[in-house]
Parts: sequence; C-alpha cells; structure tokens
Amino acid sequence: MTSEKQQKLEALALRVREHIVRLSTDGGCFTGASLSCADLLVYLYADCLNVRPDNLTDPTRDYLFLSKGHDVPALYGTFVELGFIDKARLDQHLSTDDHIYWHPNRNVPGVEFHSGSLGHLPSVALGVAMDCRMRGQDNKVIVITGDGELNEGTVWESLLVASAHKVNNLTLVVDRNHFQANVATEDLIPLEPLAPKFEAFGCEVRRIDGHDFAQLEEAFAALPFSDTKPSVIICDTVRGRGLPSIEARADRWFCNFSSEEVTELLKELHTQEATRLTSETLTVR
Amino acid sequence: MTMTYEELIKETALADERIVVMTAENRALIRNLPAVLGPRFIDTGITEQTLIGAAAGLALRGRVPILHALATFLTLRAFEFIRTDVGIGQLPVKLSGFVPGFLSDGNGPTHQAIEDVSLMRGIPGMTVFAPADEADMLAMLPAIWASPAPAYVRINTRPATYEHTPFEMGKAEIVAEGTDITILTYGMLFEQTLVARELLMQQSKSVGLINLRSLKPIDEEALLAVARRGGLLVTVEDHFVTGGLFSILAEVLLRHQLTARVLPLALEERWYRPGRLSAVLEYEGFTGHHIARRITEHLGESGASIAAGPAVLENQFAE
Repeated sequence: MTSEKQQKLEALALRVREHIVRLSTDGGCFTGASLSCADLLVYLYADCLNVRPDNLTDPTRDYLFLSKGHDVPALYGTFVELGFIDKARLDQHLSTDDHIYWHPNRNVPGVEFHSGSLGHLPSVALGVAMDCRMRGQDNKVIVITGDGELNEGTVWESLLVASAHKVNNLTLVVDRNHFQANVATEDLIPLEPLAPKFEAFGCEVRRIDGHDFAQLEEAFAALPFSDTKPSVIICDTVRGRGLPSIEARADRWFCNFSSEEVTELLKELHTQEATRLTSETLTVR
Repeated sequence: MTMTYEELIKETALADERIVVMTAENRALIRNLPAVLGPRFIDTGITEQTLIGAAAGLALRGRVPILHALATFLTLRAFEFIRTDVGIGQLPVKLSGFVPGFLSDGNGPTHQAIEDVSLMRGIPGMTVFAPADEADMLAMLPAIWASPAPAYVRINTRPATYEHTPFEMGKAEIVAEGTDITILTYGMLFEQTLVARELLMQQSKSVGLINLRSLKPIDEEALLAVARRGGLLVTVEDHFVTGGLFSILAEVLLRHQLTARVLPLALEERWYRPGRLSAVLEYEGFTGHHIARRITEHLGESGASIAAGPAVLENQFAE
C-alpha cells in the first residue's frame, strides 16, 4: 500500500471515529464495538468494494452485510464521509424523524439489510451470494460478524451450507475484538483456536491485524481464497481502538457520555492519532 | 383436477425465472424438481433457520422463493428468522408447511404444528392460508405466489371430496348457509365438517358451512354475516384454541361490537395423542360424527342419535 493511500485512509478513519464519539452522547451508542471495526469499514468502502452512492441498486455491485449491527455508528460515519448520506442525518440520531438508530436498517442508503438480532446475515448473505453465482456475476458478497456473535449456531450452520454448495463468492469477516457484549470472549465462550474452527467447517481462512490497512488490502485483494470454498477473514482488532482511555474495556461496549466527556474524547482522539500518524510516518520512511 | 402440487410448482417455476424452490431436506412432495429446476432448486439440508435467511437473501435479489419444510420446524424453529428477515424485510418468501395440524398424525408432539396459524398471522404483513384439500390448495397457490406479500400455506394434499368454488384472496368459501348452526373451518377438517353437516341436517337442523381458506386476510364480511344471522357458530380447527380461527372470530366480533353464541372445537391446553390419522380424529373427537355429536350436546340435546361412525382416512405419507 502506498503511503499516500495509507494516509488518506487513516485520515478518513479518524473522521469516522469522530462521528462515532459524537454519536456516543444524548442516548449513546455502541461506541467500543464500533471503534474496533472503523478501519475495516473505511478500507472496504473507500478502497475495496464496488459500492458507491450511485450504484446502490446495481445488481452487480459488491454487497456488504453488517451482521454485527452494533457497529452501525461506524457505518454511518463511513457513509457520511463517502457521500452516501448527508451529515445532517446524524444529528437525528435516536430521533423518530429519521431512521438513524442503534441498529442498521434499509432506510439508510447503503445499508443492504436490517440487523441487530445476531447470527442472521450470514444466511441472508449466503442467499445473495447464491443468486449472484446463479446469474454468473462475480461480485463480492461480504458479511461482517462480531466474535461474540460466533456463539450463535446459525453462523456455523450457514457456513456448512455455503461450504456444501461451494459458494466461494461469500466472505465472512470477523471483527475479532475479543469481547462479547459485557465479557471477554475467552472468559465466557472461548473461541480459540478460531481459524481451525472455520477451516473445519469447510472455509479458507486468513487472519490479519484489522487495524492495518496494508494487511486488509492484501487479504481482500486475494479474494476468493478458493475456487470451491467460502472465505473467512479474521480481523484481530481492539475494542475502543483510537481512544486509549476506553480501549479493551468490557464496560465500554455501549457508552452514553456527557457532552464534556465527548469534548475530552475528541481531544484524546486527535492527540493519539497525531502521535500515531507521526510515529508511523517516521517508521514507514 | 389433473395437476399435482409438484406439477403446479414445476409449471410455474419454468414460466417464471424469479421462482426458486428451496427445502430443508423435505422432498416428499417435490422429488422430481431438482432435475427440472437445476440451480433453482436449493436444498440447504436440515437447517430451517439458514433456509429462511438464504431465502430472504434470494428475495432481496428479486427471486420469489417457495420454501418446503415441516410446518412445525419451519414456523417454530425458524420463527424469529421468519419474523425478522422475511417479516421486517417484507419479502415475498412463500412458506409451505408440510404436515400441519393433524396431518402429522403419528409423529408425536415434537412434530405437531398446532400453533402455526397463531404465530404466522402475528407477523405484520404475513398472509396465511389453510386449504381444505389438494384441489383447494392448487386453486389458491397461483394467487399466493403472484402476490408480493410473504405467505404461509398449510400444505394439504388430501384428495378433494368436494367441488370448490374459485379462490379469491381474502374470501371465504360459503358452502351452505344455515339459520340454526354455522360451522366455520379450514384445512383438513373440512371434509369431516361436511359429514357433520349432513348428520346435523338429518336432525332437521338448518346448518351452514364455511371454508375460511384464507385466514389472513380474513373474510370479515362472511364472519359478520353469519354472526348477524344468529344461531350457533362453531369453529372447527386442528390448532390450539388460542390464536387460530376461534381467536380470529372473537377479534372480528369484538371489533364490530357484535355478540354471538360460539362453540370452539379446537385443541385445548394439550398436545394431541399420536396415531393413525383416523385414530387421532377419533381419539380427539374430530371425526364428522364426533363434531356433530359435540355440537348437538352443546345445544343441550342428546347426541345419542348420532352413532359413532368411522373416519375414513388414509395416511398419505409420513415424514
């Protein structure tokens, strides 16, 4: 990945994180969960998928299904930055005048399907992928799940079916932030070793750092991983990424901050990001 | 009617590219479709939830999936998937529930879909149908599949013993009008109510009979008309008394502030005793003779004149 592209994506991700922090007040949102997949969503929509505001009804577009519905603030932020929706709509968060609330729904342009009940969209994405294949289209069908969501049997059930039907245009991406809602995954329902589990279910698996744009680019460029198997990309991520004061904390899944706290967090975000950008820019050079 | 259920699906699917036939490994009635439909026949294996989700995905892409699974697992095991993916999505997914109600005769309580009408009609936008027999079903399916609404059909391939009137969405079939008693029913018990009506008429009673067919939308006009006509209304159904036709009738009457004398013949707070279909009807009191006697006794008369007659029924298949 060129450093120019890297900087562009990082700047975009920073702005998406700002949106997430701003949505974390006055009713709040799933802040920690959203921050872990901000980089992933930014990379996918800004640099990878063939989905734009002007092709949302084109059946040959790529599809992204956010099965982990809590992450929708990251999706809203990405959609604002890329022109899918107007920024003013975020001011309507939790207002019944709009459809901007805690889970994705199709009244928001770019959202392919509603979610919130966990373990649903792997099978919906499977149906879409099957139809794309039936029509000879080679567009990507991506579904993002949380790692806590992997407790749901239907995730595995749909992979068994996808594998049996050799649906290789389906890619399951796991936002592996190591937390369920309130508890660390390994303390409740341990998932490791995770990659072999997916392999045993007939999938071709890669595991990457979900905050590293270069690794994201390399993994997604290699899709499909197999001619006959569904692909799985496990993205190791950090809950609350970008805000050290809330990173990797079980109690920062859902946050409802005061406006003073939001101001402080925005400062923290910029300080951290400035430090990171500087150090990484130096490292690259 | 010369066409079978399978042939109707085949003809419809061959004429309409949008149709995809899916099953959770329930092929009893559709064994010949895989060879004919190729990739438009999808068997997800014993995965009712994934079946529903994948159907929603296919419907998002403009397909009209017709889904076959055992009624109880389809409506119960996958209930939240139907409600959430199909219901909230308002997608034209057509649910075909095999062996609903008493048609699951020998399987035991695990397989008894006797709350399916209640569950399915509770989903906003979902339409619900219960054909009296195969002919009734074949007459209604084209309209159901052509509709943009999600639909649940209680699949019933029992041969017809009655020549039905043409199907009209949301309209009941008025078999007969009567002033003393009107029997309201749907599904496989229709043929037993025909017998019950004959027996009651032999007692010089004026007996009406209505095959509801379409439970959602319901024919309110027909229900209000019989309530206004007076006499005893009897709901007969192979379903729990809660949430089925008796509940529908009660809701309609109350909404219109009408009162009526109503006798619900349905399953109370228990699962039915498994056995051969004829034995089940006999044991549970749903043969034509039992129905007639229960009605007569409800009217405060002796049912002794109605001899216990056999329920002449053959089990078609067991899943």
